[in-house]
Amino acid sequence: MKAKELLVTPIIQNNPIALQILGICSALAVTGSLKVTLVMCVALTTVTAFSNLFVSLVRNHIPNNIRIIVQMTIIASLVIVVDQVLKAVAYDVSKQLSVFVGLIITNCIVMGRAEAFAMKNGPGASLLDGIGNGLGYSALLIAIAIPRELFGAGKLLGYEILPLATEGGWYVSNGLLLLPPSSFFIIGLIIWGIRAYDKAQVEEPDFKISPNTKPAEA
Amino acid sequence: MANNDTIKKTLIVALSLCIVCSIVVSTAAVVLKPAQDANKKLDFNKNILAAAGLMTDGADVNELMKKVTPKLVDLSTGKFVSAEDVDGIVSIDAYDQNKAAKDPALSETLTAANDPAKILRKEKYAKVYLINNDSGSLETIVLPVKGYGLWGQLYGFMALGSDLNTVVGTGFYDHKETPGLGGEVDNPLWKAIWVGKEMYSTNGDVAVRILKGKAPKDSKHEIDGLSGATLTTRGLENLYRYWLGENGYRPLLNNLQKGEA
Repeated sequence: MKAKELLVTPIIQNNPIALQILGICSALAVTGSLKVTLVMCVALTTVTAFSNLFVSLVRNHIPNNIRIIVQMTIIASLVIVVDQVLKAVAYDVSKQLSVFVGLIITNCIVMGRAEAFAMKNGPGASLLDGIGNGLGYSALLIAIAIPRELFGAGKLLGYEILPLATEGGWYVSNGLLLLPPSSFFIIGLIIWGIRAYDKAQVEEPDFKISPNTKPAEA
Repeated sequence: MANNDTIKKTLIVALSLCIVCSIVVSTAAVVLKPAQDANKKLDFNKNILAAAGLMTDGADVNELMKKVTPKLVDLSTGKFVSAEDVDGIVSIDAYDQNKAAKDPALSETLTAANDPAKILRKEKYAKVYLINNDSGSLETIVLPVKGYGLWGQLYGFMALGSDLNTVVGTGFYDHKETPGLGGEVDNPLWKAIWVGKEMYSTNGDVAVRILKGKAPKDSKHEIDGLSGATLTTRGLENLYRYWLGENGYRPLLNNLQKGEA
């Protein structure tokens, strides 16, 4: 695969959240404010890129029966380093992200790409695949965070856009958007949109509901 | 490709991976520690200054903190003590009141009846912050407060003016309340309601109340409740009343009034 393809396909055609349905948990949790979301995106992209790189570098030496443990160890170490760096340079944001940086360890995207891609491909391609999937995750998270923060809190990146009624403006905020479940609706709408545009992503139904049977006349 | 699945190779890979990873992680932790501690302290100090109404955007926190004197208070007597006189406290700068609340030597367990703020353990010594005006008399006193809201403990400060009764400001630096509902404790407009309110009635009882809905306009002691957050509001009232009361800072405030602290 070409480098450009590795970087771009995960954004729409093979989006980790919208098509692979990975990493939903953090997509619900951190998208309440755009600033936090952006930091989370950078953190996840970094971790996915480097975990792919390192897993790929040692892939020919990983014993098959402990390969998941090896991947986890590499990912966990990277996440701790990222968490420590955040605490040192962006303390306010790291306070808001709290456990979710730590939870990147269990983020299915990182594991999934290490297992599915980095174990079979060279370091260069793996790095690009990691960045690509990180970008795909970021694109979707940002698309969720913008409506959530804008209509939930009337702000974007902390700047007031819609003056809130509670603060003397006219906009009555939608409290649901500030709560994590609202992301479900937004993700659902986005997946609908993407699949309407790219029909190839529509999945065959697993089973068909048979038509109602008429009761036999007595 | 060599066989990776032998026991020897498995052990070698596992061991070397662990060593490399632990070195990376511990280096990061050690190298970044000073910056993290500085950040934590800065954030804490910012909140003290914000409660005292001294914090403005872009102000130099460390410069402003020079005006603030931390003091250790024995909560049972309400007198200032020096850190050297208390076993288990190294220095006033190193004393962390919230950590002390978990240390059996520096705290006591509260019974349910004595614990309206649901803090479970109360530290024996509190760290309060005094701000003097240019002529050297007390202008603002910042008192740390905490208590249980809806989802967890709220940690914050309450700043009283020189009469030890009128609120200068209040705010929480750590809480887990629902964003948009109980989380509105952070709303600057709600915090502004507190400024100028009197915490004690004329006969000296704790008079502050947080009402459901709007408080009467000219009320001296009543604060608007947070809409949609009954339990947070109740928790807030309990914690403010507890810390301002006899078991909290009341003895200290009395002593200060008499000039005996």
